[in-house]
Amino acid sequence: MAEPILSVDHVGMQFGGLTALSDLNFNVGEGEILSLIGPNGAGKTTAFNLMTGFLTPTKGAVKFRGVALRGLKSHEIADLGLIRTFQRTSVFPRDTVFDNVLIGLHRQGKLGLVESILRLPRARASERAQRERAAELVRWIGLEHRANDLAGSLSYGEQRLVGVALALAAQPKMLLLDEPVSGMNASETHTFVQLIRTIRDRGVTILLVEHDMPMVMEVSDRIVVLNYGRIIAEGTPEVIRNDPAVIEAYLGQSGKKAAAHA
Amino acid sequence: MNRLATLICLAAFISVPLWLTDPYLLNALITTGIFIIGAMSLNLLLGFTGQLSLGHIAFFGIGAYVSALTSLGFDVPIFGDFHIVHVPWPPIAGFVLAIVIAGFCGYLVGRLSFRVRGAYFVIVTISFAEVVRLVALNWVELTQGPLALTNIPSISIGLPGLGYLVLKTKLQNYYLVLAVAALSYLLISRLVHSHYGRAMRGLMENETLAVAVGIDVTKTLTLAAVISAGIAGAAGSLYAHYIRIIDPDVFAFISTVTMVIMVVSGGKGSLAGPVIGGVIFGLLPVFLRPIMPPEAQWITYGGVLIAILFVLPRGIVPTLAPLLGLSRKQGDTAAKAAPLAVEERA
Repeated sequence: MAEPILSVDHVGMQFGGLTALSDLNFNVGEGEILSLIGPNGAGKTTAFNLMTGFLTPTKGAVKFRGVALRGLKSHEIADLGLIRTFQRTSVFPRDTVFDNVLIGLHRQGKLGLVESILRLPRARASERAQRERAAELVRWIGLEHRANDLAGSLSYGEQRLVGVALALAAQPKMLLLDEPVSGMNASETHTFVQLIRTIRDRGVTILLVEHDMPMVMEVSDRIVVLNYGRIIAEGTPEVIRNDPAVIEAYLGQSGKKAAAHA
Repeated sequence: MNRLATLICLAAFISVPLWLTDPYLLNALITTGIFIIGAMSLNLLLGFTGQLSLGHIAFFGIGAYVSALTSLGFDVPIFGDFHIVHVPWPPIAGFVLAIVIAGFCGYLVGRLSFRVRGAYFVIVTISFAEVVRLVALNWVELTQGPLALTNIPSISIGLPGLGYLVLKTKLQNYYLVLAVAALSYLLISRLVHSHYGRAMRGLMENETLAVAVGIDVTKTLTLAAVISAGIAGAAGSLYAHYIRIIDPDVFAFISTVTMVIMVVSGGKGSLAGPVIGGVIFGLLPVFLRPIMPPEAQWITYGGVLIAILFVLPRGIVPTLAPLLGLSRKQGDTAAKAAPLAVEERA
């Protein structure tokens, strides 16, 4: 495995008396597509929130490219190049698709206030560059025919794409996708898998939380399986598919027998 | 609104004194204009970041007092024989200081309350306005308390060596207020169309997502609060030098409410909203006064407000501008994105 870009070191999270995560310990290699799966309530979203600063772990440490994330604010973590998408509210609904991506480009346009207000040449150039970049991203994601529609009026699947375009606009080194294909139909999912691969080929590491098993099996290099706040299995899709603990977690004892018969 | 419509409106405002010479109406226009500047600054917070400042008049009043005291001078005992003495400065220095100090107060209120936001910001701003009003009322050595600061000089402009022009007449003050209003409008317009403005919109629409793409909440909102407070301070300064007498009543809560009415009826989050709403609700009392008794005036005022919000719940400008083909944002984006999209298909 390549040098880890993200390392999750014995992380635990308790909400009052409830242990959401007891001991999470894994690494993500540079350029990898890693999926985090597990039944509902296994702690996937909690893990996501811990990695992006929306929650602070009660024990353990998360490091991104050697920088410990404890104590950093979410926007500071974003500045390091660790960008996430959201399960449900993945867009700015009352802005156009194009403007959504422009907002996502925020990190690229850090100009002085006076420069922006006086519209000095540097500000104009930066604004033009951002608009070109936004148009390019909208086109790349395949939504140019929707560029001037309000993001809130798009279909679920299209909103997910906007969410990804937004996240890419922030120039991530690593992208955390929270159930990106839920609500998509089979062909949309298929397109999305291609998209994830292309993003990875551009040098972005990907961590995926997803319920859609065929999709996860197809796209992942490696899978980490969570149940009751712990890791119960870790490995390539091949290994996970045949792991008895995973089959039991998902299908229960009867499932295990069924799998044995199969 | 698009650029042409904005310029036509500006030209209309410039032409007003040419056909309207009644000093009473011109006076009403000047005070309305001053409040419209205040309403525009409130709109920057309420309409573009979603934060409601219900103590916005505090920044206006601070601007008025700072400007008045700078140009009047003061001699305030602090303790024992120690006095702070300030000799009068030209009113224009007061105008600049009013903006700076009101802006600084905006910074303090923003830093204090934007960690929690929403309802807390509303409460902090109300309390802030009340505290400032009590200071103005009770620190008699500095502010004269309820006796009011009187004889505030009119604003004068000019350069050393070239002579000064004292803006004493209503006509001069009308154009002064119009110039400051136009500059404030331009400033707010440029701000909300810059990437700072996009960060504000992002935060208002979906804060978690905005933060996740790297937008700093506290910094962005504080910036909006500082600029908003600074503009309100400028309006306060104009008020002090035009009316030439101020007392702690400038901090009256009803003035904040008037500004909120101007913003909400005109359309929050639209640049022209506070101007249109301000013209309507600033001048309505003036037109009602000669034709009905005072009780009926306020009932009519409320009735008009209800009627507007009932028919146009999003406000006048956001509802009517697209119908008149004056919606800027859509066309703006389309014009710049379209050529690229065409290239792709070619």
